[in-house]
Amino acid sequence: MNIAVAIDQIPQEALPSASEAGPAPKRIVVAYGFWIFLLSDIIMFAALFASYAVLVRSTAGGPTGAQLFNQTTVAIETVCLLFSSYTCGLMSLAVNSRRYFRTYLGALITFALGAIFLGLEIREFLSMIAIGAAPQRSAFLSAFFTLVGCHGLHVTLGLVWLTVMMVQVAVFGFAARVQHRLLCFSLFWHALDIVWVGVLTVVYLMGVSS
Amino acid sequence: MTEAQHERAPGDRPSREMDASAPSEFLVYTIGLFVAVLLTATSFWTANTMLLWPGGVFLGLAVLAIAQMGIHLVFFLHISSGPESTNNVLALAFGALVVFVVIAGTMWIVADMNTNMTMPSSAPMSMGMQH
Repeated sequence: MNIAVAIDQIPQEALPSASEAGPAPKRIVVAYGFWIFLLSDIIMFAALFASYAVLVRSTAGGPTGAQLFNQTTVAIETVCLLFSSYTCGLMSLAVNSRRYFRTYLGALITFALGAIFLGLEIREFLSMIAIGAAPQRSAFLSAFFTLVGCHGLHVTLGLVWLTVMMVQVAVFGFAARVQHRLLCFSLFWHALDIVWVGVLTVVYLMGVSS
Repeated sequence: MTEAQHERAPGDRPSREMDASAPSEFLVYTIGLFVAVLLTATSFWTANTMLLWPGGVFLGLAVLAIAQMGIHLVFFLHISSGPESTNNVLALAFGALVVFVVIAGTMWIVADMNTNMTMPSSAPMSMGMQH
C-alpha cells in the first residue's frame, strides 16, 4: 500500500505519533523481542551452515552424502514439517478467535507431524551410526550431525513448548499472556520450517545431486 | 486500540476492519502451503533430473530455496512492506545481512586458504630457497 495514501486516510487527530502514543502494546513488544531472538538463532544456524559447506568434501575416505542420504525419508520429513507449519498457522487463527476445540485440534496435528518428523530423523541417525557413519568418522559427518542435530533439537524443544502451551490454555484459558506465548510459539515453529528449507537444500538435495 | 495501528507484531495479520479487501487468513495460509509444496516438489525434481546441465543444478536449488524462504516469510510469518511492520522488516534485513556475511565470508576465506595450502609441492620449496 502506498504510504502517503495510507496516512491521508487516517484522521490526524485520531492517531498520535509513535512517540506521543507511549510504549507499544505488550503483544507487539513481546513478539518483536522474540523476533530478534529468532534472527540471532538463525545467525547461529548460518555459522553451522558455513562450517558444513566448508567441511562437506572432507570425508576422510568415509561415506559421502550421496551414499548415505535416503531421499524418500527426507521427502516425508519435509512434507511433515511443512504441513505442521500450516496447521500451526491454523491453530494461531483459532487462538485469535478464541476457539478451544480448533486450538487443541491444530496443536494435536502439529505435535503429531512434528513427532513423526523427529522419529524419522532419529531413525535416520541411528541407521547411519549402525553402518559406521558416526559423527567421529569424518569432518563431514561431524558437521552433518551438528547441523541437522541442532535443527532436530530445536524441533524437540518446540514439541515440549507446544505441550506446555496446551496445558496453559487448559488451565488459564486464552489469557493475554497465554496468547502472547502462543504467538511466540508460532513464530518459532515457522522459523524452524525456514531453517529446514535450508537444510533440505544444502545438505540433502545438493548432497545427492553432486 | 488505535495506537496499535502504528506497528504490528511479527506474525500478526492486519485485522479485517483495517483492510476489508484483505483475503481471509485461512486463504493466505492455504495459498502459502500450496506454493511451498510446489517449490519443494520442483526442488526434488531439480536434484534428480538428468535434463538440466549439472552446473546449473546448484544455482537452481539455491534460487528455489530462497524463493521458498520468501514464501514462508510472506504467507506464514506475514512480513509485509506496509508501514506498520517497518521494524520487523529492518530487523529481518539486518539478520539476512549477517547471515550472508557469515556464510559467504567463511566460504570465501576458507576456499582462499585451501588454494594456498594445496600448492604444487615444488612451489613452496622454491619460495623457501629464494629467502
